[in-house]
Amino acid sequence: MGRTLAEKVWQAHVVRHAEGEPDLLYIDLHLVHEVTSPQAFDGLRAAGRTVRRPDLTLATEDHNVPTLDIDKPITDPISRAQLEALRVNCAEFGVPVYSLGDTEQGIVHVVGPQLGLTQPGMTVVCGDSHTSTHGAFGALAFGIGTSEVEHVLATQTLPLKPFKTMAITVEGELPAGVSAKDVTLAVIAKIGTGGGQGYVLEYRGSAIRSLSMEGRMTLCNMSIEAGARAGMVAPDSTTYDYLKGRDRAPQGALWDEAVAYWSSLPSDDDAIFDAEVFIDAATLSPFVTWGTNPGQGLPLSSVVPSPADASNEVDRVAIERALEYMDLTPGTPLRQIPIDTVFVGSCTNGRIEDLRAVADVLRGRRVADSVRMLVVPGSVRVRLQAESEGLGEVFTAAGAEWRQAGCSMCLAMNPDKLAPGERSASTSNRNFEGRQGPGGRTHLVSPAVAAATAVAGHLASPSDLA
Amino acid sequence: MEQFITHVGTAAPLRRSNVDTDQIIPAEFLKRISRHGFEDGLFAAWRKDPDFILNQPQFQGVSILVAGPDFGTGSSREHAVWALQDFGFKVVLASRFADIFRGNSGKGGLLTAQVPQDVIEALWLIIEADPATEVVVDLQARQVRAGDLVADFEVDDYVRWRLMEGLDDIGITLQSAVQINEFEDSRPAFLPVTI
Repeated sequence: MGRTLAEKVWQAHVVRHAEGEPDLLYIDLHLVHEVTSPQAFDGLRAAGRTVRRPDLTLATEDHNVPTLDIDKPITDPISRAQLEALRVNCAEFGVPVYSLGDTEQGIVHVVGPQLGLTQPGMTVVCGDSHTSTHGAFGALAFGIGTSEVEHVLATQTLPLKPFKTMAITVEGELPAGVSAKDVTLAVIAKIGTGGGQGYVLEYRGSAIRSLSMEGRMTLCNMSIEAGARAGMVAPDSTTYDYLKGRDRAPQGALWDEAVAYWSSLPSDDDAIFDAEVFIDAATLSPFVTWGTNPGQGLPLSSVVPSPADASNEVDRVAIERALEYMDLTPGTPLRQIPIDTVFVGSCTNGRIEDLRAVADVLRGRRVADSVRMLVVPGSVRVRLQAESEGLGEVFTAAGAEWRQAGCSMCLAMNPDKLAPGERSASTSNRNFEGRQGPGGRTHLVSPAVAAATAVAGHLASPSDLA
Repeated sequence: MEQFITHVGTAAPLRRSNVDTDQIIPAEFLKRISRHGFEDGLFAAWRKDPDFILNQPQFQGVSILVAGPDFGTGSSREHAVWALQDFGFKVVLASRFADIFRGNSGKGGLLTAQVPQDVIEALWLIIEADPATEVVVDLQARQVRAGDLVADFEVDDYVRWRLMEGLDDIGITLQSAVQINEFEDSRPAFLPVTI
């Protein structure tokens, strides 16, 4: 019987298999950041253990870093302590780290791919649920908790029970104005925040093949929001073109050897998935969330739903509670929801292509007076690239704030936050209660919708702008 | 890690679905670099409401949380498990758990026992009627008992074994050092390094 992409990558990394026990998997790349690692390094120290493979480990500072005045000392003492702990731990255990101010610093899931460290067929882990991003390359990549971080640091392996596989096939041509973010919000709305639990999702079909690597990363990034452990896209010429020539990509004969191997990875024609979901690309349109989890999304042309629409009591209570928190009235057209803050950035949509999409909308336009707009690049490299293309000037000319790289308002661990009651259109990944600041309200959107919303002052797509 | 065989305690009903880890512990509490003391962050936003279940006098001292479906979704923060444990919880019962949270719980020694939603609803009624009801979570028998209710729960065999033995994962893995060395020697040369 044929094997799926996920099964091939899994089986190529089994160090030890025993009946009734989890497989012990070898980890090719372990990414580390300041939030989920201090207790792991402490655990190593307490047990007298070392980092087995510092050369397969890379740390960056992202979750806490400020996006303004980065040359000045960090004012929040706890953030500073966490960043200092990372630096001390990396120095002590020999792990390379890209600190604030370094030209390679950035969000861990932007840095890995841009360096060419994320490659097809690899196993990639990080103490961060959005590690699923790296699955865009046909890697098996997933988030882990701090004790697993410690486990990987100590052993470069992880005991894991095999995942089930789910094919998500999006066939056809994406309508104009529909981006990877809209596809992923539609997928999550369709299968629910728990629909992917226990599964690795493989995105397939002509609409997926037509996506750039940036788009595929957006899609795989959000897999976790459907409850899935990982999302994957089979490697193809788009993948190879992106990787070729990057700092850590193989060179010369090794490149040819790698491509030969990578080409064997796509799911076999007779592979059987444990579950399948089919979406007709032609039915998709710009998608936004109205509620407090990423599955509570609808096409922008819709109205705020009513609790009465729910098919069961659990959903009814969930809708009611979400509307109360979001301060929304059933039946209100989504396009009429006023927005005071627009955030562009995060590991979901903080890459160069996302910034280009935003600049294309903002060029020659102004952010509405009622709106504060932050544009936060995913990495220093993305920032420099954007500047070289003149995008930074487009943002500032439109009245947006053009910031330094980091996770920023996606999770508001740094000073970039919503005030209570503020309402954002955000290109990030989570609209949970308080995610972007206590009492803040979040609508998840694509970069193009974020930009159009900033201009209009209410949820809007570029086609709504005059 | 402490061994877990049977736990007896009182339980709190959390009548909410999709309780994500941002609710269990908001990001602002994640800046600490210690491993303990996260109890003040547990459900921090909700606990500001005096009517929140864990603020009610009859639910003080609970050690079992009976939650709605899809508990623990979202961020992989293990602090969610620590916050529940530091607060005093030993067991969470729900009809569905998010994968990463469930994995983190098993490693940290917090039992996530999965039962059908109708059992959750029955438990809610029992503990709301009498919050002092003694709830028994028997990992040996994979069974939860409260009042007249007796229900089997699902837990992964391997996680159950580790919890009952109180075993540390790294210690178990290091018994396979020879296999790890052999695997490492066979890795293709085209794979990248970070240094």
